[in-house]
Amino acid sequence: MRKYVAGRLLVAIPSLLIASFIVFSLPRLLPGDVVQLMLEERAYGKDLDDLRAKLGLDRPIYQQYVSWLGQVVQGHLGESLWTKRPVTEELGRRLPVSLKLGALALVFSVSIALPIGILAAVRQDSLSDYLARSLAILGLSIPGFWLATMAVTLPALWWNWSPPIQFTEYSTDPWAHVTQFILPAFILGIASSAALMRLTRATLLEVLRQDYVRTAWAKGARERSVVLKHGLKNALIPVVTVLGNQVAQILGGTVIFEVIFGLPGMSRFLFEAINQRDYPVIQGINLLIVSLIVLVNLVVDACYAVLDPRIRY
Amino acid sequence: MANHVESLTTASSRAEPRRPETAGATLLVALWHFGRRKPLGALGGIIVLALIVVALLAPWVAHYTYDETLRGARMKPPGAQFWMGTDNLGRDIWSRVVYGARVSVTVGFGAVLIAQALGTAIGITSGYFRGKYDIAVQRVIDAWQSFPFLVVILSIMAVLGPGLLNIVFALGVIGAANASRVIRGATLSVVENVYVESAQAIGCGHLRIMVRHVLPNVAGTIIVLGTIGLGAFILAESALSFLGFGVPPPYPSWGAMLSGAGRSFFSQAPWMAIYPGLAISLAVFGFNMLGDALRDVLDPRLRGAGGRLR
Repeated sequence: MRKYVAGRLLVAIPSLLIASFIVFSLPRLLPGDVVQLMLEERAYGKDLDDLRAKLGLDRPIYQQYVSWLGQVVQGHLGESLWTKRPVTEELGRRLPVSLKLGALALVFSVSIALPIGILAAVRQDSLSDYLARSLAILGLSIPGFWLATMAVTLPALWWNWSPPIQFTEYSTDPWAHVTQFILPAFILGIASSAALMRLTRATLLEVLRQDYVRTAWAKGARERSVVLKHGLKNALIPVVTVLGNQVAQILGGTVIFEVIFGLPGMSRFLFEAINQRDYPVIQGINLLIVSLIVLVNLVVDACYAVLDPRIRY
Repeated sequence: MANHVESLTTASSRAEPRRPETAGATLLVALWHFGRRKPLGALGGIIVLALIVVALLAPWVAHYTYDETLRGARMKPPGAQFWMGTDNLGRDIWSRVVYGARVSVTVGFGAVLIAQALGTAIGITSGYFRGKYDIAVQRVIDAWQSFPFLVVILSIMAVLGPGLLNIVFALGVIGAANASRVIRGATLSVVENVYVESAQAIGCGHLRIMVRHVLPNVAGTIIVLGTIGLGAFILAESALSFLGFGVPPPYPSWGAMLSGAGRSFFSQAPWMAIYPGLAISLAVFGFNMLGDALRDVLDPRLRGAGGRLR
């Protein structure tokens, strides 16, 4: 197992290199020159060429790439073209916000999806099954940004109260800091839980028709043990695969909720950076996201071995 | 059990030589059976049909044009004259929602067309030739799919600039990766059939086998994927428009109606936010219901295969 993980990490290096190149060149394809934008909004330099030289954007693109890569290996992601603040420092403040939001959303998603999915599969074609399936389709149909908008607007209308849209630091008020994540995380988790619930139900239904499950019933095992030990554990592999995908989607999906609920997270930072053509920020965040996803995929593959003893690395 | 009997009878009636004048009647009978077996799917179908009709006939269904500012009618609540109220600029929301259906329908069908065409080409060739070509293609698609969808599409849209055709293109290309995966899977099992082997034996070319023998047998999968994809594309378009990367104003898109300067008026005029959101949910719900039912009828293998871009 240890050997496998080491091997996987080695294989990840070339793919991360390729990703870093894509991540570096993609923002430079964005139309609109950052130098132009900066000169128009704030006169940072004498003219275009002067400013370009100041920012180091006058060098050939491969030189820029190599020097950026050299910095990245040493743990520096450069500094924002606009604020001059180091990207790593800024991410250090913003990544925890996005991670808390995403992790909490994942917790909500799994703790809604698994029990309901299991119930729907065990009581197939019952009233609760139909209810669960309809709710799942509804959850897939309602846009999260609309739910979030409603959650901010309607309470203000009815009770003159609205969920906090001013960010509270942990140091100022720990309780308010934690609770401000609950509502956005719950709404963010809904869509992913609907997809997960449908998959749990479908795979569990398939597994419950297998011979070994019939054997388990026949030897007189209790329903709880048959469904959870014999059924669920074998149904979980595709679920874990999709869960890994959902982590990527949730990481990307936080942007809408960070905008609506005023959370100073990483995705909102990326969104603003795209609008401002802030190359170092876009590169840094995208590289971080790609590395996180490579890590998640590794964890997912390691989970297979835990779930299915036949898989050995 | 009853399902089996019914599908057997439809299959045999399909095999009989049919006279042209009864074709319409047969279609009606088939639709009637579909509605009986899948009432929720039929409901979805009706919603989808209504959406398309509204989009086509928008100038006749709407009471005003989408950008007409009505004097003295700022933020009027819903009523007899303004069914869904008016917004902060005095525009009729019902009319804007009706015109917004055009954006959703165009983006949905356009993106599905691109995604399915591209996905079919990649999926069938990949599943048919296998070997190194397949491995190379699949690794690229792996990488493509592991990026968060919203991050990729925001980058693409930033490169292309806002606009209806650009959204269609961007969504279509992203959806193609997902579609090609499933179509490749279906192709792999079709290729194992004896008729493919015998076509090869009598010397048919690769292209002929793929088009004449493989394609018709994965068509069900393609149609089902497309229907489910439609809902996902409409949802994605609204999220993009919400973030300001969609159709430029003043043309109304449901997602854009929920964002921008209007947001600060939502607590005084909640109908500005409620109806566009309801429209998105209803449209996507209709496509999801129809897609689910079609999948059960046409291609039960796909159960659990999605409902959302991933």
